[in-house]
Amino acid sequence: MSAFLSRYGGEIATLTLEHLWLTGVAMFCASAMAVPAGIWLTRSPRWARPVIGFANVLQTIPSLAFFGFLLPLPWLGERAARVAIVALTAYALLPILRNTYAGIQGIDPNVLFVARALGLTGTQRLFKVELPLAASFILAGLRTATVTCVGIATIAAAVGAGGLGELIFRGVASVDNGLILAGAIPAAALALLLDGLLGLLERRFRIPVQETAA
Amino acid sequence: MPAALDFRNVSVATPQGRALLSGISLAVEEGSTTVLLGRSGSGKTTLLRTVNRMVEPSGGEVLVHGQSNRSVDLIGLRRGIGYVIQETGLFPHFHVERDVALVLEAQNRSREERHRRSHELLAAVGLDPEAFARRYPHQLSGGQRQRVGLARALAADPAILLMDEPFGALDPLTRAEMQDMLRALLGRLRKTVLLVTHDLDEALYLGDQIALLDAGKLVACLPPQEFLRSEDPAVQAYIRAFHRGERAASNEARA
Repeated sequence: MSAFLSRYGGEIATLTLEHLWLTGVAMFCASAMAVPAGIWLTRSPRWARPVIGFANVLQTIPSLAFFGFLLPLPWLGERAARVAIVALTAYALLPILRNTYAGIQGIDPNVLFVARALGLTGTQRLFKVELPLAASFILAGLRTATVTCVGIATIAAAVGAGGLGELIFRGVASVDNGLILAGAIPAAALALLLDGLLGLLERRFRIPVQETAA
Repeated sequence: MPAALDFRNVSVATPQGRALLSGISLAVEEGSTTVLLGRSGSGKTTLLRTVNRMVEPSGGEVLVHGQSNRSVDLIGLRRGIGYVIQETGLFPHFHVERDVALVLEAQNRSREERHRRSHELLAAVGLDPEAFARRYPHQLSGGQRQRVGLARALAADPAILLMDEPFGALDPLTRAEMQDMLRALLGRLRKTVLLVTHDLDEALYLGDQIALLDAGKLVACLPPQEFLRSEDPAVQAYIRAFHRGERAASNEARA
């Protein structure tokens, strides 16, 4: 075990960081697109079905095929990391988009009515009322998306984008279970860790339920 | 001096064309309380909401201090009118202090001012600021929530206060306490109040004039004493609907 770690430890650490980087950048891009898009959909609900439907279709593309499709594209295909980030972003869109939309749609209409009646502007209503009240929902979407991305990012190694999938693919090719586990265990641990951290954050933003007047 | 609130031939219709209010004309004097009384669906709440333009009239106009409320900035209009709704409408994610001072926060007033003002108002509605400022709505009783709702409506020191069945969900004893508190408070603050209720007793206790609405029309608008003596059949029917149990019991006792 110690011989294994001394041989692969440095590589595992580097690949874990690479894995985190791929996931992190993709999550950042996906949030930057899906949260505003989800807010926009609550303003134009007739677009909700087609837009969420499109994100749903992206989700159904098999990941290995998706990486393959993107590879021959100009600029994108020049670097494997770009391909990986674009694909991971596409997979992360749906949970964030859907939860942002559902989170805001689910707010008690009475509360929004009061916010308008008190004279809050549209921006104030969004930042002081809607986003805080939908925050735990949005974070739940981010959490699902993050865990999915950590998993799918292992496949990015197939197109040479690096990350913990490197070890797994090498292990498969050389029928070396130790090597497969050296990639799989840190990947799983990473997913669990991020899931736990985001879960804590989500609970922090959960709104206490109003007791019904007896 | 113009009336604080002047409804001029106000009509409201649904997009499908059904009339909710037809040709209501009603004036509310500065510093007085007018109660809108009527059964559910008579248009009381709709009329109230035309004041801060949460409902836009399809005909007529509403003058606020002599000026059509359509000629002023909508956000400014709403911030300048206190509004208390039934079931409070407190924000579940704000503690009491922040909720009370929300209009001031929306106006970018300083933190100190918001703190001072919300504590002042909590005391005015009978809640100990030290005990209640940091509580959330789910930690309050129904009566306490209504007090917070009232404090919030008063935060920007509005000249006009709209109250939509503010005590509708409360038990009779809590309701009586709240009515006393409101009467004392209004006696000091001299606000112009438009209050919606279906409770005759509340209307008589709090109103300087009582406007009875029925099926979107104004049936009568009278001071409490005259309201009780009115010969109008709709007014009499409304009065007869109250204290039936009391009358039945006293009739049985006499028989």
